[in-house]
Amino acid sequence: MAFAHLLEVDDIHSHLTVKDGTVSAVNGVSFTVDAGETLGIVGESGSGKSMTALSIMRLLPRSGSIVRGKVTFKGRVLTELSEEEMESIRGTEIAMIFQDPMTSLNPVYRTGWQVGEPLRIHRHVDTRTSIKAAVDLFKKVGIPDASKRVGEFPHMFSGGMRQRAMIAMGLSTSPSLLIADEPTTALDVTIQAQILELLRTLNRDYGTATILITHNLGVVAGMCDRVIVMYAGRVVEQGRTEDVFARPEHPYTWSLLRSIPRLDADEHEPLKPIDGSPPDMIRLPTGCKFTPRCPFAIARCAKEEPELLAVRDQLSRCWVTQGGVTLDGADLG
Amino acid sequence: MSNAPAIVAAQEPIRRTPVALLELMRGHRRVMASFVLVALLFLVAILSPVISPHDPLGVSPDNSYLPPLTPGHVLGTDELGRDLLSRILWGSRVSLPVAFVAVAVGLFGGGLIGLVSGYAGGIADLLLMRLVDALLAFPGLILAIAVVAALGPGLRNAMIAIGIVAVPVYARLVRAVVLQLKQMEFIVATRSLGATPLRLVLRHLIPNLLNPIIVQVSLSAGFAILAEATLSFLGLGAQLPTPDWGQMINSGASFLNNDPWLAIVPGAAISITVYSFNLLGDSLRDALDPRLRS
Repeated sequence: MAFAHLLEVDDIHSHLTVKDGTVSAVNGVSFTVDAGETLGIVGESGSGKSMTALSIMRLLPRSGSIVRGKVTFKGRVLTELSEEEMESIRGTEIAMIFQDPMTSLNPVYRTGWQVGEPLRIHRHVDTRTSIKAAVDLFKKVGIPDASKRVGEFPHMFSGGMRQRAMIAMGLSTSPSLLIADEPTTALDVTIQAQILELLRTLNRDYGTATILITHNLGVVAGMCDRVIVMYAGRVVEQGRTEDVFARPEHPYTWSLLRSIPRLDADEHEPLKPIDGSPPDMIRLPTGCKFTPRCPFAIARCAKEEPELLAVRDQLSRCWVTQGGVTLDGADLG
Repeated sequence: MSNAPAIVAAQEPIRRTPVALLELMRGHRRVMASFVLVALLFLVAILSPVISPHDPLGVSPDNSYLPPLTPGHVLGTDELGRDLLSRILWGSRVSLPVAFVAVAVGLFGGGLIGLVSGYAGGIADLLLMRLVDALLAFPGLILAIAVVAALGPGLRNAMIAIGIVAVPVYARLVRAVVLQLKQMEFIVATRSLGATPLRLVLRHLIPNLLNPIIVQVSLSAGFAILAEATLSFLGLGAQLPTPDWGQMINSGASFLNNDPWLAIVPGAAISITVYSFNLLGDSLRDALDPRLRS
C-alpha cells in the first residue's frame, strides 16, 4: 500500500458559529486509523466526538467549518477535494451510521429501496437490482424474513431493526471505513449488545475499519483496539484500549473510569460522579480545560494548556502525569 | 405493526405513494365520496360540448325568462333566452381550468420559495419570508383584484392573480415542513451516502412534502374557483360572451326580484364546486393525519 494509514486526521480544527459567538468544537484533533482496526472515540455530550466524525465526512452543519488541519484517506487529502469528489467517496469508501435510527431512515420509502440507494448512486444499478442486493444485505445484518421486509416502511421496523437496516445501507458498497456515531445510544440494552456483536462480526469478516463514537466506556472496552478520549473539543488521552483502561494517564479518563458503578462494590457505596459540569464551549477556561473539575490540578494547570505527549504507553494532555505523578496512587477518599 | 395486508413482496416491483392514495380511499369513505364528486365535475367540463342540450350562446328572444323545469330547458333560460343548463355546463370549462392553472402557479411559485427558504435558511430565508409576509398582509381577493387591475382584465391575468394569492400559503407550508424534516437524521444520513444536494431535495425531501401539499391543493382549488367567479362578477375575469358563472351572477343580479334563478343557478354551481373541493381537502387532511391513522 502506498499510504501509511487508512485514515490520517492531522490537527483538525472545526468551528461552529452560534448566536453568542464561535465554538471551537474540534480543536487540534489528530489520530490515525489502520485498515481493519476499530478505534473508539469517547467523551461526554458536546466534547466534539460527532463534530470530528462530521469533519472527516465534510458534512458539518452549515454553521460549521473546518478552519485548519488535514484529513488524508488512502493517500487522498479529503480536506482539499472538491464537493463532487467528496460525494464519490461518501457512501463508497467511507460510510456512516447515526445515533437515532427512528429518524435516520426516510419515512416515505420502503426500507429495501433506501438500502439500495448507495448502489443506485454509485454503481448506477437499476431499482430492481438494488432491491435484490438489499435482500442479501438484510440477510447479512441479520434481519429475518429479508425478502418480505425490504418491502416494508421504516415505521414497521423496531429500533434495532432500523439500525440493522442503516448498517446494511452503510455496507452496501463495501466501504473500507465505517463511522458509527453512537449507534447504540437510542437502543435498549439487549438490542445494543446485538448491534455491537453485528459490528464486531462485520469488522472481522469484511475487514472494515470502524470508528466507534460512544459515551459508553463498556462498549469501548469490548469493541475497540485503540481509544481516544475527548474533552472540550480536544483529545486528552489516546492509546491502546488495555493501557488506557488499566492505567489512565489523564484525570478525566481516570474520573470516567472511577465513576462506573461496579457490580462487586459494597451495597451502600455511593456513585462517584465527576464534580462540576462540562465547560461552556464559548468561554473556555485558560490552561487545561479540565482544571476546574480536576482532583489532581496543580497551579500550572490553570495557566498553561498542556500538549498531548507520551506518558508511558499512551498519550496524555496533562501536566500532572507528564510530570511523572501516577494517578492510581492518589487517595481521594 | 399495522394491520396492513398490503405488504409487497420483493419480487414485485416496489410501488410508491400514488398507490397508497387509492388504498387510502378504500378506507375513508368521505375521501372516496368527495373524490368522486370532483371527478364528476371534471368529467362534466370535458364532456360539456357533447352533453349540453343547447348552444350556450344561442339567443332566442321568444324563450327568454323561462323558469326552471320548463320542458326543454331544465334550469330555465336567461334574459336573452339562452339555456341556463348549457351555460352552466360550459361555464365549468372556464372555472376548472382557471382553478387548475392558478393552483399550479401558487404551488410552483410558493413551493419553490418554501423549499429554498427552508432548505437554505439564512439570508435567503429572511428575504423570501419578508416577501411572503408582504403578500400575506393583503386580503386574498383585494390582492387578486389589485393584480388584475395592474395587468388588465381577462382570464389569463385572473389566473395569474389568483395564483399569486396562493403563493404565500404554499411557501409557508412547504417551508414549515422542510424545517421539520431538516431536523431528521436521514437528511445527513442521505448526504453521507454520497447523494448530491439536488438528489437529496428531489428524491428524498420532496416526497415527504406530498401529503400536506395534496391537502392544500384541494383546499386552494376551492378558493381559486370562488376567486375566479368573484373576479368575473366584477368584470375582471372572463370577458363577454364567454359563459362564466361569476359573470352569469352579475347579469342575473339585475333580475333578482322577478326571475331570481338567473343568479341562483350559477351561484349553486359555484357552491357545489367549491364544496366538493373543500370536502376533498378536508377529508384528505383527516385521512392523511398520521395521528388519526390506525
